[in-house]
Amino acid sequence: MLNKEAKLNTKVFDTDVLLVPIRNGYGNGLVAAAENNKDIVVLCADLTESTRSHLFAAKFPERFFQMGVAEQNLAAVASGMGISGKIPFISSYAVFSPGRNWEQIRTTISYNDSNVKIVGSHAGISVGPDGATHQAVEDIATMRVMANMTVLVPCDANEAEKATEAAAKIWGPVYIRLAREATPVVTTKETRFNPGQAEIFWESRKPEVAIVACGTLVYNALVAAKELDKEGIGTIVVNNHTIKPMDEDTILRVARRTGAIVSVEEHQVAGGMGSAVAEILARRSPTPQEFVGMQGVFGESGEPGELLRKYGMDVKSIKRAVEKVMRRK
Amino acid sequence: MPLSEKKEKELEIAANKIRATIIETLLHAESGHSAGPLGMADVFSAFYFHILNHDPKNPEWEDRDRLILSNGHIVPVRYVTMAYAGYFPLKELRTLRKLNSRLQGHPHRGSLPGVETTSGPLGSGLAQACGMALSAKLDNKKHRIYCFMSDGEQDAGNTWEAVMFASKYKLSNLTALIDRNNIQIDGFTEDIMPLESLTEKYESFGWHVLEIDGHNFEQIVDAVTEAKAIHESPTVIIAHTIPGKGVSFMENRYEWHGKPPKKEEAEKALKELRALGEEIKSEHE
Repeated sequence: MLNKEAKLNTKVFDTDVLLVPIRNGYGNGLVAAAENNKDIVVLCADLTESTRSHLFAAKFPERFFQMGVAEQNLAAVASGMGISGKIPFISSYAVFSPGRNWEQIRTTISYNDSNVKIVGSHAGISVGPDGATHQAVEDIATMRVMANMTVLVPCDANEAEKATEAAAKIWGPVYIRLAREATPVVTTKETRFNPGQAEIFWESRKPEVAIVACGTLVYNALVAAKELDKEGIGTIVVNNHTIKPMDEDTILRVARRTGAIVSVEEHQVAGGMGSAVAEILARRSPTPQEFVGMQGVFGESGEPGELLRKYGMDVKSIKRAVEKVMRRK
Repeated sequence: MPLSEKKEKELEIAANKIRATIIETLLHAESGHSAGPLGMADVFSAFYFHILNHDPKNPEWEDRDRLILSNGHIVPVRYVTMAYAGYFPLKELRTLRKLNSRLQGHPHRGSLPGVETTSGPLGSGLAQACGMALSAKLDNKKHRIYCFMSDGEQDAGNTWEAVMFASKYKLSNLTALIDRNNIQIDGFTEDIMPLESLTEKYESFGWHVLEIDGHNFEQIVDAVTEAKAIHESPTVIIAHTIPGKGVSFMENRYEWHGKPPKKEEAEKALKELRALGEEIKSEHE
């Protein structure tokens, strides 16, 4: 059942669960953080409203900078500002930033230790009808591989708000991954969010598998866990929101307790969150693991639900992965 | 600050010493770029010993002028000039490109105070300088931002994104200087990817453009003075330089863009530079 201590949304399993785009949390968090910190500036590459930067732009126009369609410049100008004592948040779709400007982020932000927050919106396949050109399913890999980079993947709008405020307080480069679609609200204002600390959201009486999820798919993981529980299969669901630095202790604890892992992410299984989990387990406690995510292919146009189904990231796919990994124990 | 005849000679002598030390440093490092650093020695001498408002003993001083070196591969000239200016001991130059050195092959901000930013991958320095200039404006700071670029990196799209940005936000506290030496690794710039007319390009992007002889100290200093008087736009100084300047067999040879001298070549180069140094001094006397 839901972990009471996590203080989650009690209506999370209702059919009329509140749906809010994760990016909205970013917009609100940015305004909240900026009210307390005049060094925060926002740079956006011609996607102000859809990245929800417009809330900040309306309130703090003198600290908002429109860069045009120029993501390399977005990153490198922010680098110069970060070195000069500002805390720049740079916003675009994840395919463009950190997609197009990876080298500028590497050299001028990360290696340069410039205090820039990179916010990639519209990540994952659930971007939907725009098609594969706009579905960033590689960004966790390309950001987590970078030295000196923190990587946060909030699971809903509330958590995105907290992640944004937390990022402003972390010294150094941070990547925050956001999604476009209205996503079920899993957490509440009271749910704890500490970067680097994974949270147990679900725990059955006799857990046999740990489902480690991040981002939009935490909700699907919870629904799968509830259905499996009814079917007599106990699980633990971990909201693994910090990909880097990852909470090794929690990962090890649930792996040792259950002896089987299913990682769940809206991202390529190569190099993503699940890979990071496997890196920890291979080193410290080898454990059978199934990977739910994009299996090395590009997406396509379609409705988010249809795409998650076709590409194997819906509730049914998670359940199948749990059953599969149980057979490998 | 106008340039006295005495000061001009001092800068010329300093540039000659910088060139000789670049040769010695590259010989010891056994890798690195020769032509670019030699070509920019006069500009670096003028900036560090006359133009920049800086304090070598306090490299993090908040109100210092910022000098961004976008084309990080010519950093030997910066390191040598910084050493002569008193940022660190000259003998540390022998660590260039070696293990555990503060003098990385391409400059790294976290390694050496005074380096201002990390660079090497071309085309991103101007954008970083824009970020610094914008921040200075937001904070009502009076220091100036200088960004040195190569002509080769005018090929890069990011350069022109930054050119547009600087113009949009009227970054008049930003002065760019292009080392127009006409060479890049694979050959002459006009063969690789024609850049001309650079002046018209920058003018059409709303920049104030000055063209100078990058080996003429009076012109270097005058151009910077003029740039400070322009309040509506950023300024770019296109400095025509001779790559490999001061060493006859390196001058204007793109083959010397990306390699260091061997022992005999270094000896020959040093002999030429010493003779040149004597000539400058005797003229002075």
